[in-house]
Amino acid sequence: MEVVLALGIGVLTASGVWLILRPRTFQLVLGLSLLSYAVNLFIYAMGRLRVDAPPIVGADGTVDPAALTDPLPQALVLTAIVISFAMTALLLVVILASRGLTGTDHVDGDDE
Amino acid sequence: MMNGWASHLIVAPVLLPLLASATMLLLNERQHRTKNAIAMVTVLALLAVAISLIVETIDLGFSGGSTTRVYLVGDWTAPFGIVLVADWLSTLMLLLTSILGVAALIYSHARWDRAGPRFQTLLLLQLMGLNGAFLTGDLFNLFVFFEILLAASYGLLLHGSGAQRVKAGLHYVAINVATSLLFLIGVALIYGVAGTLNMADLATIIPGTSGAELTLLQSGFAVLGIAFLIKAGMWPVGFWLPRTYAAAVPPSAALFAILSKVGVYALLRVYLLLFGGDWGWTGNFGEEWLLYGGIATIIYGTVGILAARTLSRVAGYCVIISSGTLLGAIGAGEGAVIGGVLFYLVSSTLGISAFYLLLELVERRGSEASVRAVVEPVFEDEYTGARSLAGEDEVGVVIPASIAILGGGFVFCALLLAGLPPLSGFIAKFALIQGLLDLRDGIAPAIWVLVAMLIVSGMATLIATTRAGIDLIWTPSERQPPPLRLAEAFPVGLLLLVCLGLMVFAGPVMLYMDRAGSSIQDRQGYITSVLGAERASKEERGPRER
Repeated sequence: MEVVLALGIGVLTASGVWLILRPRTFQLVLGLSLLSYAVNLFIYAMGRLRVDAPPIVGADGTVDPAALTDPLPQALVLTAIVISFAMTALLLVVILASRGLTGTDHVDGDDE
Repeated sequence: MMNGWASHLIVAPVLLPLLASATMLLLNERQHRTKNAIAMVTVLALLAVAISLIVETIDLGFSGGSTTRVYLVGDWTAPFGIVLVADWLSTLMLLLTSILGVAALIYSHARWDRAGPRFQTLLLLQLMGLNGAFLTGDLFNLFVFFEILLAASYGLLLHGSGAQRVKAGLHYVAINVATSLLFLIGVALIYGVAGTLNMADLATIIPGTSGAELTLLQSGFAVLGIAFLIKAGMWPVGFWLPRTYAAAVPPSAALFAILSKVGVYALLRVYLLLFGGDWGWTGNFGEEWLLYGGIATIIYGTVGILAARTLSRVAGYCVIISSGTLLGAIGAGEGAVIGGVLFYLVSSTLGISAFYLLLELVERRGSEASVRAVVEPVFEDEYTGARSLAGEDEVGVVIPASIAILGGGFVFCALLLAGLPPLSGFIAKFALIQGLLDLRDGIAPAIWVLVAMLIVSGMATLIATTRAGIDLIWTPSERQPPPLRLAEAFPVGLLLLVCLGLMVFAGPVMLYMDRAGSSIQDRQGYITSVLGAERASKEERGPRER
């Protein structure tokens, strides 16, 4: 499972970096989105991989840290997802405005 | 421990602007007078809060007590809950932020608040993000507040619209989204090793790490540091800065003067707390990078400022030089230098902010219309009724002798930025250089280079501003000079007056800066205060809890 996750993060990051180095605004948005997915998975992985473990203490009141998964990275990821989603939306608006004002989808505003 | 309402004052710099801007979102763009009134009351309240916090710091500090006041949000103890920490450094930064906020808001009343929708809301959110970043005691909340201030700054940069701003804005947003991802990677690595993100808790854990964990932790902090340095505009990751700041409308640019300082603040806070001093391996982590990077940044800024042909570019490279100076001095060492660093930070931020406000006024009477004055709507359905830009005469009192006032202000700014006596810029540079030379018995070559660059960059600033000043103020212009409004002159005067105050009361201010500098390096004091903060007593918690 670690290998799959690591490979997934690696592929997402590599594609993301390649895309944000491209000249078109749409590629930029996609690249940043892919990078943010990779980072979210990475934060998640930093809380250690656990399968079938709840992040909250059950109703019976027993607290055994070994049976629980770390809830904090999940909270961090949630925050990070919300923020990167909002930023992507904002970036899209700026890109639309740029397309409207300059008439091209090049990131520098001209095609030369 | 404080009690009663006074202890809640620490959270006010974050809550007040949030509540006010949420209220303003309910108001229509046609009610911009009401919005202005709400925003004005809020920034003045913020200023009052900042002043009372700093007075409290001084009272506590000089009576021998600990100035580090900790506010447990939701009454959860550190390191489990969220903490806000007010101490020497953060109260100073709060005061600086609120002064800039007041100046930018008053200036915007002249015309810029009507150049696009929701200017006041964005301004307040920006202040909230800045205040939060200065107050927070853990890394993840630092990220969240960074995002708030960035999101607001995107809006402020795009305020007024126009092709130039949208182009600069597109680059700015993309760079900062990528930077935020770096920030997250750093934070995640640190969490993966240390299991905590509370700064005080981290400071207790870091000295005990070793081996592979240490490498991971260092990589985490290195990635985090790159994110801070991109914000601070260090060479070679700061090329975005002059162009972006030049495109913003003047009140936004004036606020942006402190944005790059947030990166410097974060570096100071995180690195001096967690690394440095007498803790073995952590002692020198990253310091030489800061030193050499700072020197390279000053060189880049100096070359840039000499090549710059518009005033707004000159101001942009002033920001770069100021960042480079701060980074280099932080990298050069600790101790007495930090007091000088803080003095320089305050003085240069105020100077640059005043310069950004002033230069639009000066450029306005130049022969060509400035790019910055261009205002156009992006979307067709946008409400533009509040805009009455050309030939508007209802706002503000027109001041006579506007050229004399503009020229005087310009000379004042130029002297301040170049660091010439007798203004506060000189005192700041003097304190920095003195601190650097007193550092060790033998002075390293790199320190000599830094000192030389400090002086050379000041001279380059002087040359660049003089050249631009002669062009813009002395050259006879065919056109009638546009009237100078009170709302435009007052904030510039306010900022310059604060700088004058820094100069006149240099002794007490320097005393404060020195105490602030030594308190950042007092790790044990910070750790004890934060981790030892007690929850509210039972009576305060109220009857609902048990």
